[in-house]
Amino acid sequence: MKRILILGAGTAGTMMVNHLSRKIDTAKWTITVVDEHATHYYQPGFLFIPFGIYSPDQVRKPKAQFIPSGVELVQEKVEVIETDKNSVTLSDGRTLEYAILIIATGARIVPEETEGLAGQHWHDTAFDFYTIEGATALRDRLNGWDGGNLVVHIAEMPIKCPVAPLEFIFLADDFFRRRKMRDRVKLTLVTPLSGAFTKPIASGVLGHILEEKEIDLVPDFEVESVDGSARRISSYGGKSVEYDLLASIPTNMGDSLIERSGLGDDLNFVPTHKNTLQAKVKENVFVIGDATDVPASKAGSVAHFESDVLTENILRFIEGKPLAEDFDGHANCFIESGNRKGFLIDFNYDVEPVEGTFPFAGIGPFGLLKETTMNHLGKLAFRPMYWYLLLKGRPMPFITTQLTLRGKKISKEAQQWRP
Amino acid sequence: MATMKYAGISVEVDDEGYMTDHSQWSEDIAQAIAAEEGIKLTDDHWQVINILHDQMNTKEQLPTIRSLKKLGVETKRLYELFPGGPVKKASRVAGYLKPASCV
Repeated sequence: MKRILILGAGTAGTMMVNHLSRKIDTAKWTITVVDEHATHYYQPGFLFIPFGIYSPDQVRKPKAQFIPSGVELVQEKVEVIETDKNSVTLSDGRTLEYAILIIATGARIVPEETEGLAGQHWHDTAFDFYTIEGATALRDRLNGWDGGNLVVHIAEMPIKCPVAPLEFIFLADDFFRRRKMRDRVKLTLVTPLSGAFTKPIASGVLGHILEEKEIDLVPDFEVESVDGSARRISSYGGKSVEYDLLASIPTNMGDSLIERSGLGDDLNFVPTHKNTLQAKVKENVFVIGDATDVPASKAGSVAHFESDVLTENILRFIEGKPLAEDFDGHANCFIESGNRKGFLIDFNYDVEPVEGTFPFAGIGPFGLLKETTMNHLGKLAFRPMYWYLLLKGRPMPFITTQLTLRGKKISKEAQQWRP
Repeated sequence: MATMKYAGISVEVDDEGYMTDHSQWSEDIAQAIAAEEGIKLTDDHWQVINILHDQMNTKEQLPTIRSLKKLGVETKRLYELFPGGPVKKASRVAGYLKPASCV
C-alpha cells in the first residue's frame, strides 16, 4: 500500500480527504491525515462573534466528524517534513512515510511580529478576531464599552480573508447604531494598502461605503510599533493613530512546521506552482489553501476551487500524466456590510471584481459588487453549506471551479488588470 | 504604455511609470527616475538597488521588506531611503515593474 499523507485537517485538508477517499483505488492507496487539534473552526464565523451574532458553539465541530471511514486521522503535532526521505516525523517520535504529500497547514496570526502588539495589553485593549480566543475576548470587551476610538488595523499583507477587516468595521458601525451609541464611537480603518481593498474597482466601491458610514480611512500605513500603554500605533513613515480599542489583524504566517522543515518563504508560505498546486521543492509534494504562496486570496472559497484542481492533479500524478494547469486563482467572497446587507465579489488571478449578477447572467440572485439583502442572506446560508457540502467535498450548486465572465460587466481595465 | 526620456534616452514605461524593459536600464536612468521621486541616490540607496538586481538575477523575484531586513537593510532605514512605499520606489528606480501587490 502506498500512502497519500495530508498535513492539516482544516478547510483545505478536510476537502482533499473527502475528494480523494472517493476517487483513489483503495486496494493500492491509503490516506492518512495528521492534525494536532481536535476541533474544526468555521473561521468565517469568527467575524460575527464579537457582535454577538454567532455564538462560539455555532462555529465549531469535531474534526473527526468530517473524516470519512477508511481514512486514518492522526491527532499529533508534526515535528518536521523531510522531502528528501519522503517522510515526516511526528512529535511522539513516529515516522510516517508517503508516496504523495499534501501540505494543508494553513496560516495563522503572529502578533509577536509587530513590536508592542502582543504585550500585556493583548486581549485587554488590543484584540484580534482571527482566533476563537480573540473574538470572544473582544465580544466581552465590546459589551461593556461606552465608546471612544475603535481602530481596525492591518499589519501587513497577505492576510486570511482580505475583506474581513472591512466587514468587521461595517458590522461595528451597525452594532453601535443599533445600540444608539454610534455618535460616541469614532471608527478608523488603518491599512498598509493605498485604499480600502486590494483590487482597484472594488476598492473604489468599498471606499465609498466607508465614507457613507463615516468611517475614517488611513491608507499607506506601514506599522512600526504599537504602544499599548499610550494606546497608539506608529508607522515607519512617522504617522501615528491613537485608539481606545484596537482590533488588529496581525501579520499572517504559514505554520512554524514549514520553517522547521526549511520549506517556506519569508512568511513560511510554501513556494507553489500557481496553476497546478505542485510544490516547487519536489514533484510528489503538493500544497493547498492558505499554506501556499500563490497570489490568490487566502480564503475558504479559494481552497474549495483549488481542491477540485488538486484532486484531478493527484489522480494524474498517480497515473503518470502531465498535471493540469487549471487553477485560475478563482475567489468568491461575500462581504457583510451591516444593516442586513452585503456584497459579493468574484475574481481570479487576471480578472478583478466587477459589477454583475451571479451565478446566473442577468438573473442573479446575487448582485456582484453591489450592496443587497440577498448577498447578506447568501453569506448566512453559507455556514450550513460549509459544514454539509464544502468540507465534504460535494459540489457547490451552480458554482464553477474556474471563473466565468458570464453576467459580469467587464471593462478593458478589469481584464487587463495585473496584480 | 508610454515612452519617457530619462538621461537623454527614450525608455518604455507602463501607466505608473515603471520600466517595462529592464535591458534599457542604466545608472543614469536610475538617477533620473529617483530625482522624479524626490530622491538623491546615495551609497545606501545603491546598496538596496544592487540587492534588487541581485535577487532578480538569481531568484527572478523582488525582495520584500522582510527579506531585505534579513539581508541587512533595517526596515526603518529602508523607509528613510525610499519614503512611502520602499519596495515599490526602489523597484521603479532599479528599473523593474511594480512588485506584485497583495491579494
